[in-house]
Amino acid sequence: MKAKWYVQTLKYLVLALFTFIFGYPIFLMISSSFKSNIEIFTSPLSLPSTFSFENYAEVWEAVDFSSYIWNSIIVSAASVFIVLFVSSMAGYYLARYKFRWNSFILLFFMIGLMLPMRLAVIPLYMMMMNLGLLDSLFSLIFVYVAGGIPFAVFLFYGFFRTVPRALEDSARLDGCNDFQIYYKIVLPLMKPAISIVAIVNLLNVWNDFFYPLIFIRTDALKTIPLGMLTLFGEFDTQWNLLFAGLTISSLPMLIAFLFASRQFMDGLTEGAVK
Amino acid sequence: MSTQIKDQGYFKKRKLRKNMVHLFLLPAAVLYGVFQLFPLISAALNSFYSFNGFDRDQFIGLKNFIVLFTEEPYKGTFFNAFKHNWIYFFVTVFTQLVIALLLALIIHSKIKGKELFKSIFFLPKLLSVIVIGFLFSLVLNPTRGALNNLLEAIGLEELTRPWLGSMDTALFSVIFVDSWASIGFSMLIFLAGLQAIEPEIFEAAKIDGANWFTVLRKITIPMLGPSLLVMSVLVFIGSFETFEYVFAMQGSSGGPYYSTDVLTTFFYRLAFGTTDGGQSIGLGSAIAVILFVIIGLATTFMLLIFKRKDFER
Repeated sequence: MKAKWYVQTLKYLVLALFTFIFGYPIFLMISSSFKSNIEIFTSPLSLPSTFSFENYAEVWEAVDFSSYIWNSIIVSAASVFIVLFVSSMAGYYLARYKFRWNSFILLFFMIGLMLPMRLAVIPLYMMMMNLGLLDSLFSLIFVYVAGGIPFAVFLFYGFFRTVPRALEDSARLDGCNDFQIYYKIVLPLMKPAISIVAIVNLLNVWNDFFYPLIFIRTDALKTIPLGMLTLFGEFDTQWNLLFAGLTISSLPMLIAFLFASRQFMDGLTEGAVK
Repeated sequence: MSTQIKDQGYFKKRKLRKNMVHLFLLPAAVLYGVFQLFPLISAALNSFYSFNGFDRDQFIGLKNFIVLFTEEPYKGTFFNAFKHNWIYFFVTVFTQLVIALLLALIIHSKIKGKELFKSIFFLPKLLSVIVIGFLFSLVLNPTRGALNNLLEAIGLEELTRPWLGSMDTALFSVIFVDSWASIGFSMLIFLAGLQAIEPEIFEAAKIDGANWFTVLRKITIPMLGPSLLVMSVLVFIGSFETFEYVFAMQGSSGGPYYSTDVLTTFFYRLAFGTTDGGQSIGLGSAIAVILFVIIGLATTFMLLIFKRKDFER
């Protein structure tokens, strides 16, 4: 059956409208980052008259951007790696070894999936204070790892149950021990699960603002989202710098998306549906 | 004799190997237990105590909750914020889910450039919520912001207003920004649901002469049930957890005049904003418990429905 032409036209009109609604603010952010403060004020909607990276150089000097980026990279990389490592092992354990307490352990992890962890931030704050971790990147890494574990454990648990046992049994006959079976046979089959967990956690950690806001005081230890608060607090009238800062903070994920848009979209959808 | 000893050694080794297996579980369980579950339980217990600075002082039972519900100024602030969370939820269902469903239906139909549209609609999900909040505080600025400039440019000057500065529009503006950022993701969830429906069902309906609205009402929506339910619960949870958009655009006291205040911003002020020491940590913990209960009930409700669905099959 052929769709009627006016229905098709209407569909494209709706899509065009929403392309504008979603695309324009991001386009505006990037194009304004090349304008001078006066130009943003006098011609806010037009393209920049010249492409100069002056704003970027200036914002780089104005706030400690190199530290913010570096901190974000360290915290994200460490958190994602640790979550993958410990959760894949736990998921494997729950799927492969039948102990009487397995369903209790699943319930134990389930609580973390069901409740909003950020509301436990007062005891977390006190704990970090007592451990001497307040105002350090470790406080962030620990919280992100703990927060990422429940989801990752359930996802790995689901995936490991789909791996045929016979594969492992034959490896065991060939003389592999449990750890070798896990790392040489099972883990390589788990690439889809690994990419889902990695992407979901990377986006969460890289973009999180809440925990840095509570835990971090020292400027040189701020991550990019918290650095934005500093920038907006100190330069609230210099919109050229604000737009440049917003663009710098968004670029890493936008560029990553250009190269792996399928993985990002599939990863997040499957992560939510599973 | 000698074989027996050998056997014992063998069993010992096997047992050791068996116990070593628990090391698989240990790191995840410890990290999660120490840095998530323990603080969660501790936060719940805190709501029954009075505080001296950040230290527990005395067990006072339900007093924190009673103060929150009956004593001004806490009572007024609490119910004001609570009301805003509910408005946030109901408005978001329309601004996020209905639009996402519409876009998913269009993209699922015969259309060129599906992948491109999907990617564009998804873009905001890549940005930090605080970046989106700050970006829109500039876009919605009354004099210099792009939205008012755009409205003027196309001759709709009477529509321009201080979107974030007026009590009538502030909360809705925050909700719209949240929806702007979340529609693309909901759309992908709905698309996944639509793709799971077998095309034969639609063919059969068309042969029977059903028009598109009947198909939508009788086939598409019911078959999308699980994704609609998941998204509604996620929107509900999101509406009660929302913090960054309000914080970035309206500050921690949910301005103007608390017209965008929500429970999390009230919680934040009680826990980290005030310096009155004594009462506020306990009251903040009470809000945390109330949110635990609301969100816990929502997720349990969702899980129960899915469980019943599984039994029916």
